[in-house]
Amino acid sequence: MPAAASRQALRQVASCVPVRYSRAVATAGARAAVEFQSVSFSYGPRSILRDVSFAIGAGETVVLVGRSGAGKSTVLKLVNRMLLPHAGTVLVGGRPTHEWNPFTLRRGIGYVLQDVGLFPHMTVGDNIALVPRLAGWDEARVSRRVGEMLELTGLPPQDFAQRAPDELSGGQKQRVGVARALAADPSILLMDEPFGALDPVTRAELHHELRRIQREVRKTIVLVTHDMGEAFALATRIGVLSDGDLAALDEPARIGRSNDARVKPLLEPLLEASAALESTRR
Amino acid sequence: MTLFDFWRSHRAEFASLFLQHVMLVGVSTLVAVAIGIPLGVLAARRPRLGGPIVWLANAAQTIPSLAMFGFLLPLPLIGGLGARVAIVVLIVYALLPIIRTTAAGLASVDRALIEAGTALGMTPAQLLRQVELPLALPSIVAGIRVASVIAVGTATIAAAVGAGGLGEYIFRGLAMVDSTVILAGAIPAAVLALAIDGLLTWVERAVRRRLSGRRRGRAGAAIAAAAVAAAALVAGALLTRGREPDVIRIGSKNFTEQIILGEILAQTIEAQTALRVDRRLNLGGTFICDRALRTGDIDAYVEYSGTAHTAIFHEPPDTDPAGVLSRVRARYADAGLTLLDPLGFENTFAILIRGADARQLSIATLDDAVPHAVRWRAGFGYEFLERQDGFPGLRDRYGLRFAAPPRAMDLSLIYRALAERQVDLIAGDATSGLIEAYDLTMLKDNRRYFPPYDAAIVARSATLLAHPELRSALASLSGRISVDAMRRMNHAVDAGKREAADVAREFSRGSR
Repeated sequence: MPAAASRQALRQVASCVPVRYSRAVATAGARAAVEFQSVSFSYGPRSILRDVSFAIGAGETVVLVGRSGAGKSTVLKLVNRMLLPHAGTVLVGGRPTHEWNPFTLRRGIGYVLQDVGLFPHMTVGDNIALVPRLAGWDEARVSRRVGEMLELTGLPPQDFAQRAPDELSGGQKQRVGVARALAADPSILLMDEPFGALDPVTRAELHHELRRIQREVRKTIVLVTHDMGEAFALATRIGVLSDGDLAALDEPARIGRSNDARVKPLLEPLLEASAALESTRR
Repeated sequence: MTLFDFWRSHRAEFASLFLQHVMLVGVSTLVAVAIGIPLGVLAARRPRLGGPIVWLANAAQTIPSLAMFGFLLPLPLIGGLGARVAIVVLIVYALLPIIRTTAAGLASVDRALIEAGTALGMTPAQLLRQVELPLALPSIVAGIRVASVIAVGTATIAAAVGAGGLGEYIFRGLAMVDSTVILAGAIPAAVLALAIDGLLTWVERAVRRRLSGRRRGRAGAAIAAAAVAAAALVAGALLTRGREPDVIRIGSKNFTEQIILGEILAQTIEAQTALRVDRRLNLGGTFICDRALRTGDIDAYVEYSGTAHTAIFHEPPDTDPAGVLSRVRARYADAGLTLLDPLGFENTFAILIRGADARQLSIATLDDAVPHAVRWRAGFGYEFLERQDGFPGLRDRYGLRFAAPPRAMDLSLIYRALAERQVDLIAGDATSGLIEAYDLTMLKDNRRYFPPYDAAIVARSATLLAHPELRSALASLSGRISVDAMRRMNHAVDAGKREAADVAREFSRGSR
């Protein structure tokens, strides 16, 4: 994405974020919402990321793909300071993560987890209200916001606000997960294989919903998946992680045409599936 | 007397003992929760501290409760007779299950949920309060349930330090060898334990149900409110039980004779002086009474010279009555305590035969009995049979030989066994009321094998100095209680099922 457009998107987001955390994260004088500068990270002797650099503009939806263990989730955890880099710097809103108060930073960044992570002892409404309450919103505003978020994610509030997470289907839980992540109106949304456990039909439905939500709220989204189809369905840019390196970060069309040996194997299942589909239609 | 008759006739006392029991359990469990949950959190958070914490709680659990009461009695602030020290002991016992289940509950919380909370920006404290503790709550409640059931049982021992509760009946019943009185305390204690267990099981289920989201209850709040109310009541009871200068506290050990003697002391003081008396009778044994006297929790009780000599001052056994008495008196004086002149009877081991045999064969002493013993069978209690200063020494001193090796028998059955001619000679208790009831004869220990056990009042010297009239009242009892009188009174309570206070009152009236 050209720098001018990125700046414009940033301004757009910055002008409509009401929350102090979001504003803090969004307007800390950056041109990129998230930037990795020569970042390395390892678990003990095992190197996860090696000298990775990239920048994500405000309002982009970047999908990171790669095999299991390629370091995808680590990238997300470096963004919200669940982890700190061993070398290099991660900038959020132009500010290195180690300079951020971790709690302030995290409350300004939505996070949707692999296994949803809804708290079983709280109602759906209380789960969604969690971050706004941590941020000290008054109750009237919190309950208004819970209603809005349930509407946004396609769950009628009167039916769902008082339910327990255990009473929801997998797809409904994931919608609540998204609603909770967006509740305090963060400028950045991190999603760690959010739809991995869902059946393909529900997953496609939620892809559609996420695109709609993204049109409405315009967040900087970093989503991690091992499903290349999901990447093409959602991304404005796709990043390919391979053995601790960022092999590619480009628009879907260019990734699809890539001849990189580290990118092509990830495309294989997609090409095979579409070839098989073609043949049945012929 | 049936159990229900007993409860009916002791209605008011029963109600207050039951209430005391509930308070002991309620307060100690509440405090243990307040201490145990933070310790459990610490144990879960810092495994290096957690090990030693659990180890300590575990070690405390293994100390026998009576020993723990003994250790704590002389300590300032927490020591002393009454509910306070009992509550401290109960708290110590309740800590382990609460710490354990808190730590285990926290460890069982899904890591993914903790990660979710962290990613949402919760601080560790918010995570603990809003996620980890609520999810660990069913496990914690299970621990509280175990702790309070243990407390119901342990609280019965609290009667030994004068804290009251249902243990009073259990100790009283044991002293009187009356199973009705034991059951009068034991059954309600068991029912209380089951009720608490049931109630907290219900709370535990309600909490789990609420966690799984089907219903939202306020059971926890109700329990907490009830517990706080109980705590307030006990606190009130503790505050009103402060020291008053003109009150004399009379103690006693926990068997019939001691309780009667305690009553006699108390009634004598009430009759002869203007002082008020606080009865702290039925304390759990020599050790507890001695500690209580030294710490000033009681001002006087009746001790036996031989017991003081060996059990309190750890002197080697000695059979010279005057020597033992003067040595014990000197040792007491060093500790600021005064041993008054003996009351007039001795509670020693008694070698008994049937009165008919004694008269027919004109046997009065042990030496007289030796030639006849070769045709006799003997029955002894387990302890007397084994102790070096029991039967083995007696046999050697007198050259006793029986027709068959002595039979080991339970002490409560041994008098009847003699009367019914199952055995011909037994070792009993010199002041037992059954000696008279079964027409038994106590043989004179003419070679002075047994140490002297003269009963005498031991009192705090400071209290005697402050109240000269108290000294003369207590001294008026010296030499006034014969062994026959003591036997009759014991018999009236043990066999006649009369109240110790009434029997003591009749004695005072008769001797005045």
